[in-house]
Amino acid sequence: MKRLFVYLKPYKKECICAPLFKMLEATFELFVPLVIAAIIDTGIASRDTGYIIRMCLVLVALGLIGVTCSITAQYFSARAAVGFASRLRHALFEHLQSLSYTEIDRLGTSTMITRMTSDVNQAQSGVNMTLRLFLRSPFIVFGAMVMAFTIDFRSALIFVAAIALLSLIVFVLMRISVPLMRQVQQRLDSILGITRENLTGVRVIRAFGQEEHEKAEFEQRNSLFTSVQKKAGKVSALMNPLTYVVINAAVIWLIWTGAVQVNLGILTQGQVVALYNYMSQILVELIKFANLLVTINKAIACGNRIAAVFDVNSSMKEGTVDTLDGIVNAPEENVNVLKENVKSVPAVRFDHVSLTYQGSQDTSLEDINFEVSRGSVTGIIGGTGSGKTSLVNLIPRFYEATAGSVQVNGRDVREYRYEALRKGIAVVPQKAVLFHGTIRDNMRFGCEQASDEQIMEAIRTAQALDVVEKKGGLDAMIEQGGRNLSGGQRQRLTIARALVSKPQILILDDSASALDYATDAALRKSIRELPDTPSVFIVSQRASSIRQADQIIVLDDGRMAGKGTHEELLKSCQVYQEIYYSQYQKEVQA
Amino acid sequence: MAEDKNRKTASVRETSRKGTVGKVLHYIRRYWGFLAVSLILAVITVVLTLYVPILIGRAIDHIVAAGRVDFAAVGRILIKVGAAVAVTGICQWIMNIMNNHITYHVVHDIREEAFQKIQVLPLKYLDAHAYGEIVSRVIADVDQFADGLLMGFTQFFTGIVTIGGTLIFMLTIHVQITFIVVLLTPLSFVIANFVAKNTYSMFQQQSVTRGEQTALIDEMIGNEKVVQAFGYGDRALERFDEINSRLENCSLKATFFSSLTNPATRFVNNVVYAAVALAGALTVLSGGMTVGNLSSFLSYANQYTKPFNEISGVITELQNALACAARIFSLIEEEPQVPEAGDAKTLENARGNVELDHVDFSYVQDKPLIENLNLSVKPGQRVALVGPTGCGKTTIINLLMRFYDVDAGGIRVDGTDIRDYTRKSLRINYGMVLQETWLKAGTIRDNIIMGKPDATEEEIIAAAKASHAHSFIRRLPQGYDTVISEDGGMLSQGQKQLLCITRVMLCLPPMLILDEATSSIDTRTDLKIQETFARMMKGRTSFIVAHRLSTIQNADVILVMKDGHIIEQGSHEELLAGGGFYSELYYSQFQN
Repeated sequence: MKRLFVYLKPYKKECICAPLFKMLEATFELFVPLVIAAIIDTGIASRDTGYIIRMCLVLVALGLIGVTCSITAQYFSARAAVGFASRLRHALFEHLQSLSYTEIDRLGTSTMITRMTSDVNQAQSGVNMTLRLFLRSPFIVFGAMVMAFTIDFRSALIFVAAIALLSLIVFVLMRISVPLMRQVQQRLDSILGITRENLTGVRVIRAFGQEEHEKAEFEQRNSLFTSVQKKAGKVSALMNPLTYVVINAAVIWLIWTGAVQVNLGILTQGQVVALYNYMSQILVELIKFANLLVTINKAIACGNRIAAVFDVNSSMKEGTVDTLDGIVNAPEENVNVLKENVKSVPAVRFDHVSLTYQGSQDTSLEDINFEVSRGSVTGIIGGTGSGKTSLVNLIPRFYEATAGSVQVNGRDVREYRYEALRKGIAVVPQKAVLFHGTIRDNMRFGCEQASDEQIMEAIRTAQALDVVEKKGGLDAMIEQGGRNLSGGQRQRLTIARALVSKPQILILDDSASALDYATDAALRKSIRELPDTPSVFIVSQRASSIRQADQIIVLDDGRMAGKGTHEELLKSCQVYQEIYYSQYQKEVQA
Repeated sequence: MAEDKNRKTASVRETSRKGTVGKVLHYIRRYWGFLAVSLILAVITVVLTLYVPILIGRAIDHIVAAGRVDFAAVGRILIKVGAAVAVTGICQWIMNIMNNHITYHVVHDIREEAFQKIQVLPLKYLDAHAYGEIVSRVIADVDQFADGLLMGFTQFFTGIVTIGGTLIFMLTIHVQITFIVVLLTPLSFVIANFVAKNTYSMFQQQSVTRGEQTALIDEMIGNEKVVQAFGYGDRALERFDEINSRLENCSLKATFFSSLTNPATRFVNNVVYAAVALAGALTVLSGGMTVGNLSSFLSYANQYTKPFNEISGVITELQNALACAARIFSLIEEEPQVPEAGDAKTLENARGNVELDHVDFSYVQDKPLIENLNLSVKPGQRVALVGPTGCGKTTIINLLMRFYDVDAGGIRVDGTDIRDYTRKSLRINYGMVLQETWLKAGTIRDNIIMGKPDATEEEIIAAAKASHAHSFIRRLPQGYDTVISEDGGMLSQGQKQLLCITRVMLCLPPMLILDEATSSIDTRTDLKIQETFARMMKGRTSFIVAHRLSTIQNADVILVMKDGHIIEQGSHEELLAGGGFYSELYYSQFQN
């Protein structure tokens, strides 16, 4: 929570001025009962009409000064709060960009989005309210007490007692109601959960005839929610009546003491009225203060949640090498030699690599060893959950190998800067995601300067020309998530997007699954025919997709079950045989 | 013409708002007892609250100066004050509880009804609306409505009673000064209105910009992995900052200008206060009233103006609440699926004779998808559906399960039109596994026993073994009792699909629908599952949709579909021999 205050720092001036002006306003407000007392005791007593008029003008003047101070304060607090939120959002967005896949998995998408939106908004209004009111209300309460002391010591003691009691009441009620509020929120979340679930799973629920069961479940959660709400409501329902009773009890006591004091000649009638007015002011402010505490409590909770995201730091450290060619500080004349050298080392090398995901007990990859030469095609095949995606995710360093070394162009991936890795290695993920914008915007996603020719070339290679033509060219709009495209169309466009930047390494992670066999084959052929052929990784469950690869890696439960060409594996690798024959049984029999 | 239309929509809006109020009242009516008590208590509370300053004023009048204090009288009055305060406190407390009770129960009822509605809405509606939107109606809108309703109860009503009460009390003290108050107070209204009108566009600007930013966040953070894979982070940040700085600007304006209302109206109140002090003091001088009267009057002047400020806030809140309520009611009043006939039959243990008779269907009017489809499936037959994306395979499943109703023609199971069966009995006669896996938040076990809640442990494990899910379930931290989050969370797509298959394995209904049921499962496991499927399908009418042609070769009938029509029909061998679309599709797998 404290660490969020950094973003308020540039607004030091505002943070001091806002409460200051608020207090000034409050001070002027505190003078009002004194002026009224003067009107009664001096003006009325001495029947001085001029004095009364002057005093009433003073009241208007006090109001005028008050409104000026107040507006100034509002301006400062609005600036501080809005600026704070803006900086916070920026920092949060930037922070999220710095996280690795491990942390992204841990936080979860919906958490990150809520933190960035509603939580920051809550924090903003919290800052705003705090700056405006947090000091004002206590100031008026204590100010009223101090004013009471200037009038009469004995009466002022009643104020002390009343304020102590009221503070206690507010404190105790808050203590009880805040955890209850949290419970209310949790119950609401559970209602939200079941509602969502019933919408996303409507077909299954109806297919299994579960409607009644779900209704009963909802009814139960809904009733529980209502009862917690009522419980929390009962506590906060006490706040107003209790404060009202306490204040008025104090008033009764005050009037009685006042009567005694007046009788003794220590106080005047006007002063009693003034004391009474001060007591009324306290009541108003206390109610405001209690409401404020609720807002602040919420804001603090949000602040803590945001701070928790800042506490999540990337588990990886970025390297320093700027380019995949691995040439650092080399003298000009050596560059070409070095480039030649790089060509002779394998493009990718896995050296005793193991991976265990954070929070998981089982290893996902164990002791993987292989080399990939430049421009070759590597097929990766294996069963569900055998670690195919995990393996390719290590190459652009989306996750960190727990043991062993992953090398690109002869250098451990940990030595490169992220940008170098990700510009040189293009990944087409399983889930074909496109963004809201034109096709051109989407194609330039990884390569800002790509020309239209470059883009069209990539689109042709990805067999996506017909998609672009059907949609009406590069300027055609794609809806969020690519909703206006079919699965196969999306996949081909995501492949094109990866090709635009002319990567050295291209990873197709089961990204042709929605394509029919013919298109799949054409795609592979055209990638092979690219100038500067990239080293290609094809992850697939279809034996036909990887059959032609220069090297096939067979994974089984995180271990390498075989490595070699199709023919070699068909002879030697049992797992591969099983996979292959499960898809080609007819052909073999024939 | 256009004007006429405008007027019409305006009047529609007007009636719909009135309609909404009526509907809200309808929900409240169930709690009319509570409401009546609450209203009575509100009146008592307000009257007593206003009476107290009068008493205090009288007490002060008995405290004139040294030696001129009537202690007996002051004591009597103070006892009255004490009694009034005690009664007020208790009434207020009970009233608050009543209001809470009404609000929370009304909201409970509305939410309940909305959820029940979701269960009977046609899929046509649900498929056409974003889930987030419906969820936000049931959750956020209802919540907002509750806030508004509670505020209405607690502040609106007491506010009005307070205004009326103060007015009467003030009139009993002094008529002319009361007029000063009544004439000056609306000034604060005018100011508040002025500010609200001028800040409205700023708020709109703010919410539009905020929406823009949320959309960007949703897209970028939602696909953070892709963003990072392409090194788009910096550019995303740039885009974000551009919107962020615009948001900062309009947010500052909206926040600041809207915050002017409070000081401005307070200033008006101060002026009223000063005017009352002046007029009051002068009246005291002329003997028109006492100092105590002046004191009570001043406190009334304060109380009279306060509700005005509050009410203007409450009215916006109420309008907002009504808008929310209207959105919820539009969901609740949405037309449900065609209700079942009173004499609808229960389909028990279907034999599995399925006939599609001249079926026409389209999702969008004027865009026919399925036309004149005829098909007759004998009990125990395996029917495979093949064809390019969008050809209508999944649509047929929607029709068989009666997720959608046919536009023309009919579907018969065991000779009876499916519309004459209860939906539930029809559906539980099918075992369905879809490509889109869906799991609910809960334990693995909860998910498996969906169709057979009373299944024994042995049955569950046997089903899991049959679907080859047992080995991975066993390896989960708590085995069958492992809690999974909504939609499977940590499970891979293939594992989720295995669970969905287990779910069907357990209850084994007489007919099966497998829509790409094994698409995410590796071919080796798939092969093993196919064996189980084969056993399962024996004697059961089955409909299979699959990409992998290997999985459907054993079907009795293969239907090749294109653009909503069946273009080829026959067994695998027959179709290959025919040399049509199917054989083309089949041989393309072996090309390189």
